[in-house]
Amino acid sequence: MAIARSDRRPVPPAAEPVALKLLVAGGFGVGKTTLVGTVSEIRPLRTEETLSELGRPVDDIHGVEAKRTTTVAMDFGRITLREDLVLYLFGTPGQDRFWFLWDELAQGALGAVVLADTRRLADCFAAVDYFERRGIPFAVAVNCFDGVQLHDPESVRDALDLDPGVPVVLCDARERDSAKDVLITVVEHAARVAAELRRTPART
Amino acid sequence: MSADTSDADQWYDAAAGPVVRPYAMTRGRTSHAADAKIDLIALVMCRPDADGDTVLDDDHSLSPEHLDIIDICRRQATSVAELAADLDLPVGVVRVLVCDLLVAAHVYIHKPVAPAELPDESILRDVINGLRAL
Repeated sequence: MAIARSDRRPVPPAAEPVALKLLVAGGFGVGKTTLVGTVSEIRPLRTEETLSELGRPVDDIHGVEAKRTTTVAMDFGRITLREDLVLYLFGTPGQDRFWFLWDELAQGALGAVVLADTRRLADCFAAVDYFERRGIPFAVAVNCFDGVQLHDPESVRDALDLDPGVPVVLCDARERDSAKDVLITVVEHAARVAAELRRTPART
Repeated sequence: MSADTSDADQWYDAAAGPVVRPYAMTRGRTSHAADAKIDLIALVMCRPDADGDTVLDDDHSLSPEHLDIIDICRRQATSVAELAADLDLPVGVVRVLVCDLLVAAHVYIHKPVAPAELPDESILRDVINGLRAL
């Protein structure tokens, strides 16, 4: 259903900034925190989640003390692009078992970077799957560690079985310009995806 | 288990870390009637005339953490994630505290616009230009 421009919410007053979110995903130790820290000040974020022990009946009657809470730590950074435009970068939790937190992070995300390490490429399969399934525009950035032979981005694309439109770039998460380029690649890709959606007639 | 805030204060020692579990600040609540899972990047803002001292005069149910949030948000719009980092609290606790302040009209929040609902692509152009200029 097409919405006429006049029916949209009024543009917020200049005093209320626009906040956007990008995710930085990838396997453990691939350089997510490094990437975020290269372009912004890292802040730690923690959530407390209640986990029931595997195998134990859920209807435990012994109350709060029988449940275990666990703290999940994530890193994020804030980039103030303009007084009224802020970009947040959220690193996804390293451990696979905290997948359920991804939905909270991914909600409303503009796009994502999947950092890949060619020595452990399989570590990023899950992240690629996740973003593909949720239709979140993402780019793959192959983090180039010292001494690791640089791989052709196209061979990484084949190995990950990516759609042709998904950008694959090389980067060094420690280098500011390289990190900026990765983020720009993601946002440009997100803009292309958005433009494509606008061109597609809306289905009713 | 209920923790009287004033008792907890006298045992609080910065080196030892907080003695009171964070959810004691919210009196055991893990969610709020008004809480529809406030986004991590929702921006919390104060009414311009809000001031920690005058607000406390009017509303004695506010905790030190509630007042900290007001003081931070008075200076600039601050995301839920940043409030959690600034106050070293789990995100869930901050959501409950912010909801309390929302309901009492001490703060208001600016929810993030979903990318699909951005009015046009010029904002993304601005993001790219802003990143280039970093």
